[in-house]
Amino acid sequence: MKFFKYALLASTLIFASCSEDDNNPEPVNEEEVLTTLTVTFESGFDTVVMQFQDLDGDGPDAATVSVSGPLSANTSYDAAIVLLNETEDPAENINEEIEEEDLDHQFFYTVGSGLDANTSYVDLDSEGNPLGLNFVLNTGGASSGGLTITLRHEPNKPNTGLENAAGETDIEVTFDVTIE
Amino acid sequence: MIIRNSHLNSIGVQKTPMLFIFIILILFNNPILSQDCNSSLTLKVIDLHDSSVLQNASIFIKELDKNVKTNSNGEYVFKDLCNKEYFIEISHEECETIQTEVKIKNNTIKTIRMEHHLNELDEIIVKSNFKSKSKSVFENKVSKQTLEDYSNNSIADVLKTIPGVSTISTGSSIAKPQINGLHSSRVLLINNNVKMEDHEWGIDHAPSIDINSIEKISLIKGAGALKYGGSALGGVIISETLKTKLIDSLYGKLYSSASTNGKGGTITTDITKTNSKGWYTRLQGTFKRFGDYNTSNYIMSNTGLSERNFSLKTGLNRVDYGFEVYYSFFNNETGILRASHLVSAQDIFRGITSGIPLIIEDFTYDISAPKQKIKHNLAKFNFFKTTDLGKFNFQYDFQSNKRQEFDIRRGDDRNTPSIDLELTTHSLSLDFDSRFSNNLNLNLGIVGKYQKNFPDPETGVRRLIPDYEKYDLGAYSIFDYKLNPEWIIEGGLRYDYTYMDVFKYYKTSFWESRDYGEEFSDIIVEVLANQILTNPKLEFNNASATLGSKFLFDNNNTIFFNYSMSSRSPNPSELFSEGLHHASARIELGDLRFKPEVGHNFGFTYQKSNEKFSLIFNSFLNTIKDFIVIEPVEIMQTIRGSFSLWEYRQTDAKLFGADLNVDYKLNKHINLIHQSSVIKGTDTKLDNPLIDMPPANIKNEIVYFNSDLNNLSVSLQSEYTFKQNKYPDNNFEVYIPTTETYEYIDLSTPPKAYHLLNFNSRIDIHTDKNKSINLGLKINNLLNTTYKNYLNRLRLYTHDLGRNIILSIKYKL
Repeated sequence: MKFFKYALLASTLIFASCSEDDNNPEPVNEEEVLTTLTVTFESGFDTVVMQFQDLDGDGPDAATVSVSGPLSANTSYDAAIVLLNETEDPAENINEEIEEEDLDHQFFYTVGSGLDANTSYVDLDSEGNPLGLNFVLNTGGASSGGLTITLRHEPNKPNTGLENAAGETDIEVTFDVTIE
Repeated sequence: MIIRNSHLNSIGVQKTPMLFIFIILILFNNPILSQDCNSSLTLKVIDLHDSSVLQNASIFIKELDKNVKTNSNGEYVFKDLCNKEYFIEISHEECETIQTEVKIKNNTIKTIRMEHHLNELDEIIVKSNFKSKSKSVFENKVSKQTLEDYSNNSIADVLKTIPGVSTISTGSSIAKPQINGLHSSRVLLINNNVKMEDHEWGIDHAPSIDINSIEKISLIKGAGALKYGGSALGGVIISETLKTKLIDSLYGKLYSSASTNGKGGTITTDITKTNSKGWYTRLQGTFKRFGDYNTSNYIMSNTGLSERNFSLKTGLNRVDYGFEVYYSFFNNETGILRASHLVSAQDIFRGITSGIPLIIEDFTYDISAPKQKIKHNLAKFNFFKTTDLGKFNFQYDFQSNKRQEFDIRRGDDRNTPSIDLELTTHSLSLDFDSRFSNNLNLNLGIVGKYQKNFPDPETGVRRLIPDYEKYDLGAYSIFDYKLNPEWIIEGGLRYDYTYMDVFKYYKTSFWESRDYGEEFSDIIVEVLANQILTNPKLEFNNASATLGSKFLFDNNNTIFFNYSMSSRSPNPSELFSEGLHHASARIELGDLRFKPEVGHNFGFTYQKSNEKFSLIFNSFLNTIKDFIVIEPVEIMQTIRGSFSLWEYRQTDAKLFGADLNVDYKLNKHINLIHQSSVIKGTDTKLDNPLIDMPPANIKNEIVYFNSDLNNLSVSLQSEYTFKQNKYPDNNFEVYIPTTETYEYIDLSTPPKAYHLLNFNSRIDIHTDKNKSINLGLKINNLLNTTYKNYLNRLRLYTHDLGRNIILSIKYKL
């Protein structure tokens, strides 16, 4: 049949023209992934580092959470948060992006029951509302409990806390903290 | 809205035939005397071009002194005839009258092929113009009037008017049809004889078809469906444009409508030029624009829609040969409810607890992230030739589907899509529709297809669907045979071979957790720091088959029975998903080891129709082996909090259900319509209900029509949807560290039952030979009821659409 001949001819042409691509697709290194959150607490006398690291992001490997040591009682700590994307080499510092889009971000610190401490914001966004990459943590007496750090994307600003901040959670990690 | 099946459309809109029938029966000088007159003659009237059945063709045999018309199957059975020759005359609107001699010998079956050209201008006779694609399964069709009533909506919305079809949606504008509980890859969508390849696997991927580009739409199962694919466990939806007449003519329409909900509207127009030599051209275009939709009492922010489509059809249609070139371009941008962009369990908890969207802003036409942008190109060329053997059709088609999904992102990526896929498909097919005898039809064909998916790495997000090339080769053979005047059997076989050449980057941690290394070490191409490039080469062989039968008790009662086996290869999402799927708010994991799922479907339909009353009862039982489902397996901790981890899994499933459609003509002006459907789906391995099964629903409608009052039509419809009581419990508990509480996240409990009232009316304000103007007023959710729909995936965060008043004007010339 004529038809078969044409069909075969056409199919050969099409299939041949479309199958030339032998190049392997390039890998995608995710730019927005946050793998690592590090908070460094400095009192002038001692330094405590807390870190949450999940190198495979939403992959199956569990995150590692570390706290370098106890905080001292009745001490004022200057705390600084560093966010990294360690899937890239070298690791990308995400702080810059947060600072550039300060109106769209805010950190929150939740001191768990049992932990005798309070926090206050240090850095502000361009409209004078808290951003929170830096904060102060004042410890009270010896105690222990969780310290949760939350980063909300596109929250309502100003707000009085997580209750009415809305937005989307970009970070929510909890460290087990001891005050001695 | 008027919801009715065209078959039931008996509200007196049947136009008086333009040509009345002159029936002559000439008794040939037949002196054969006494003989038994127990013979019968079954006459079937079909279209010469495409074998579609012609309903209401007039047949007369003088001896019986009876003026009869063919039924919806294009048939009429004369009984108690004598074994001799009769001269009969058959006529039909728009057809040349045929006179022929029929020699009766016992039970004679005679098929009359008429040169029938559709009267496209007259929507009212459309119900008789559908080609019957399947003989042993009742074919559901949507009338052209209903199609026009849904000009503002999507193709899924109009299909919902068919009993047994529901829609599964992501918000108010992204909807896809669900047939007898199945959707996505299990439903094939055919657009002008081209199988749509538009990333149809995704539950949030609506069909890329402009509802205004099509002129008829029907749902088929059984043997006719095999022609289009063997994987249609749910069914095949056929959307088409109408054929044109062999006359010199220029006609078209302009239709525009405006809606209060979404504060937008649709303008669509088409124009067709035909000539008596068979040349034709049709140009069509649509523009749609809506802002944020609203529920009964708040705005659903970022749910706007913008759509621009056009299509062009041109060709030659002669009796024995012809060709057609069809091109369509579909382009839309759809906003997704801003407040639904919640992914971590803690955020989902906030969203669900609120019950209404966490973000409600002022009305706007702007569409921001999250949103989807779709561009679909479809081009088709076909050539057909009718010979003594039958009709040959050769077709080449091309499709390109560009799909971009935008998430809420940070920094330089803010305006970069998270998903950017380009799916290109070329397909060649050859179909042969035989004309061996009046009793046997045979349809054979082969299809070859090449497909390439290109996920753009510029998104900066790991590919949800990998790069792949796919080759398909399919062959089918379908027959129907008329055993006797009352009984038709049909059957078919199809074989599909699929080869996939995939390049996929796996996360090393996932690759290892699945132990793929042991089984698939040979597919590794390259090992990077934290990813592995692999080259899976997958082969699938699928056989599908069907056997069915249709039995006519008499001219008013018909039963259909059908068995079909369908096989579906796992789709790329089921095979390769690995990571966060923002649209589903969960981490989804596929499995490279999946094999095809195989469904066995038994269908039974009883149809009764006479002038005043029609009833269609349809029931089915579908058992599916290796049914692929996705379900939650655990809660995973990430830097963003807890995530629900969902894994695809193969199990066995059983679905059964029934639907009923009754149409009663109370008097000349009033019609009563009832529709109801019920379905149950079970995971038989776990003895658990299946997710997303449509709840039972009942629709009752009263329609008033008066042809003396400018074809005034007014209808009121009541739509009651029950609560779905059978659902899998996918709820989970999660610890919220900021409140130091454990919270129960209820993803599963279906919303309560609801009742909606819908109103529809239309009237011709001007009609003459050359043009007509028609006005329409439609009110959906008349009472502004507040409700949630189980099959809307955003129901966790928002209610459904509030009252919508739609005004439309249609101008035809």
